[in-house]
Amino acid sequence: MSGFAKPLKIAFGLIVIAALIVVPMNFNRYGLFILSQWAVMAIAAMGLNLTLGYAGQVSLAQGAFVGIGAYAAAIMTTHGWPLPAAIVVAIALSFAVGWVLGYPALRVQHHYLAFVTLAFSTLAFLVFRNESWLTGGIYGISNIPRPHIFSIATNKPLPFYYVCLGSLAIVSLAVWWLIRSPWGRAFMALRENPLRAQSLGVDTRRYTLMAFAIGSALGGVAGALYAPLTQYIDPVPFNLSLSLDLLMMVIVGGAGFFLGPFLGAMIAVLLPEWLRFTEGYYLMLYAIAVMGLLIWSPTGILGILDRYLAERRTKAASAQRAVAKSRLETVQ
Amino acid sequence: MSNLFDLLVAGLATGAIYALVAVGFTLLWQTSQTINFAQGEFVMLPAFLMLAAMHAGAPFWLAIILGILLSMLLLGLAFKMLLVDPMMRHGVLPLAIATMALAIGLKEAVKQFFSAEASPFPSIVPTGDVSILGHAVSLQSIGVLVLAILAVFGLTALLNRTSLGHQMQAAAQNPTVARIIGVPVERMILLTFLINAFLVALASLLITPIYLAKFTSGEVLGQAAFIAAIVGGFNQVRGAIAGGLLIGVLDNLAAAYVTTQYRAAVPMIFLIAVILFRPQGLLGRAEERTV
Repeated sequence: MSGFAKPLKIAFGLIVIAALIVVPMNFNRYGLFILSQWAVMAIAAMGLNLTLGYAGQVSLAQGAFVGIGAYAAAIMTTHGWPLPAAIVVAIALSFAVGWVLGYPALRVQHHYLAFVTLAFSTLAFLVFRNESWLTGGIYGISNIPRPHIFSIATNKPLPFYYVCLGSLAIVSLAVWWLIRSPWGRAFMALRENPLRAQSLGVDTRRYTLMAFAIGSALGGVAGALYAPLTQYIDPVPFNLSLSLDLLMMVIVGGAGFFLGPFLGAMIAVLLPEWLRFTEGYYLMLYAIAVMGLLIWSPTGILGILDRYLAERRTKAASAQRAVAKSRLETVQ
Repeated sequence: MSNLFDLLVAGLATGAIYALVAVGFTLLWQTSQTINFAQGEFVMLPAFLMLAAMHAGAPFWLAIILGILLSMLLLGLAFKMLLVDPMMRHGVLPLAIATMALAIGLKEAVKQFFSAEASPFPSIVPTGDVSILGHAVSLQSIGVLVLAILAVFGLTALLNRTSLGHQMQAAAQNPTVARIIGVPVERMILLTFLINAFLVALASLLITPIYLAKFTSGEVLGQAAFIAAIVGGFNQVRGAIAGGLLIGVLDNLAAAYVTTQYRAAVPMIFLIAVILFRPQGLLGRAEERTV
C-alpha cells in the first residue's frame, strides 16, 4: 500500500485506534461482547495468516488451537491460577502441538496438508468432548473468572474489552516485527519457492515447523482470551467449523496482507450481526456476500485495494514515461 | 460371527453411498481443480427438492425425476456457471473457501425455506428382511448396495468404454492437448458437473430414508466422502469407490468394536496414516510435483 503518503497512513491508523478505544465506551453489553469477540478472532486469524498467508502452509486446524488455549485457560483459572500464567501455558502448549502438526507439512502439501489438519481438528474435538475428567465433557467448564490487570477487576464488559483490544495490539506489534525480520522473509521464501529457498540456504524444514508452531501459538492466545470472555466453554464452538471460519476470515480479508485478518474477522464476526435485522436470512446473506466478494476478488478485500493501487501506479508511471518521451523528442 | 456379517453388510451399504459422493468429488477435482466443501450439502439438498415436489402434490416417482433434474440444474449447471467458472483461474484455495460459504448458504436456505426439523423420507427400496446364508439382512441395505454399485459401474463403463468417456478423461488429464486434438474441453467439464449432480441426487435418494432429511445431514456425509476420496486416491475413480466402501465398513466396525466415543476418530487416524505413508492414496497414481 505504498501508494498512500506515509503520514496519511499513520494518521488514518491512529484515528482507527482512537475510534476502537473511544467509540465502544457507550456500547451495551452485547455490542462490547461482539467487539471483544472480533479482537479475539482477529488474533487467531493473524496466527493463521502467518502459517497460510506468509508461509503458504494450508491449515484447517486453527480452531483446534483456539480450543486448546481456551481449555488451558479455563482449567487453570478455575483452579486459582492468574490469567497471564494461563496464557503462557496456552502459548507453550499450542506451540508444541503446532510444531508436531507441522511434521506432515514436511511430507505433503496443499490439499493433502489441508486434510491432515482437518483430521487433527476432528480428533482434538473428540478429545475435548470425551475426556470429561479434564475438560468437563459435553457439560463444559463454567464460572471462568475474568482477570485482575494491575489490580483492576475486569469483570465488567468494558474493561475486559480493553484487555482483548490490548492483547490484539501486543500481538499485532509482535507479528508486524516478525514479518519484517529475516524470519518473515524466510516464511515468504517458503511460500514463493521452497526449492529456491532451500538452495539459498534457508532451512526450510525448521521454518515450516516454525510457521506452524507460531501460527498455532497465536491460536492458543486467542483461546486463552476466549475462555474468560464467554466465561463458559464447551466443545461445540471448537469444532471443525471454527477452523473453516478462521480460514475464511484469512482468505476474505486477504491472505498475506498484514491487515487482512482484521478485516476478515470483521466480516465474519460483525457482518452477520449487522444483517440480524433480516432475521432468519442473515447467515444466508452472509454466505452470498462472501461468495460474491470472492468471485469479484479472489485475493480478498485487500486484494481489491492492492490491484487498484497497482493500476494507479502503472498509470502514473506510463504518464511519466510519456512526458519524458515527449521531452526527449522536443530536445531532438 | 453373525454380528460381524451384519456389520459388514451395513458398512458396505453406507460405504457404497460414500463411494457415490466421493466419485463425484474426485471428478470435480480432476476436471476443474474444485475442492467442493459443499459436497455434503449437495447430498442434503436433492432430498428436500424431492420433498418439496411431493408437498406440491407430485407422486413419488415424479418427485424423484424432478428432484434429479432440478439438482442437475442447480448443483451442476448453476454451480459451475456462477461460482466455479469465474473463480477457476484464481487457484484452488479461494474456490474452496467459496464452496464453504456455499455450504453455509445451502444449509441456511433449507432451514429457512423448508424446516429446521428432521423430515421422514420414503424409501424407494421395500423395507423388510431377507435371509441370506442364514442371516437376516435388511432389504434396504441390499437395495442401496445394488443401486450404488450399478451407478458406479455405469459411470466406469461410460468413462472407460465410450468415446465420450475417453474425451472426458483427456480433458481432465491434459486440457491443452485435448483441445488440440479436437475435444470440446468446456463441454466435457460441464458434463462432469452434471454427472456429479446426478450422483449426489442419487446418493440423497438412497441415504435420506435411513438418516432422515435434515439441513445439517450433509456435514458428516461430506466429511466421510472427503476421507473416502483421499484414502482411495484423489485422482482415481476406482480409488474413490474402494475408499468409500472401506470407510463405510471401517466406520461400522469402529462403532461396534471401539468405544462409541472415539468411533469418529478411527477413519481420521486412518486418513492421517494414509496421507503420510501413501499420499497418492491406496489406488492412486503419484501426482507430479509442480516445483
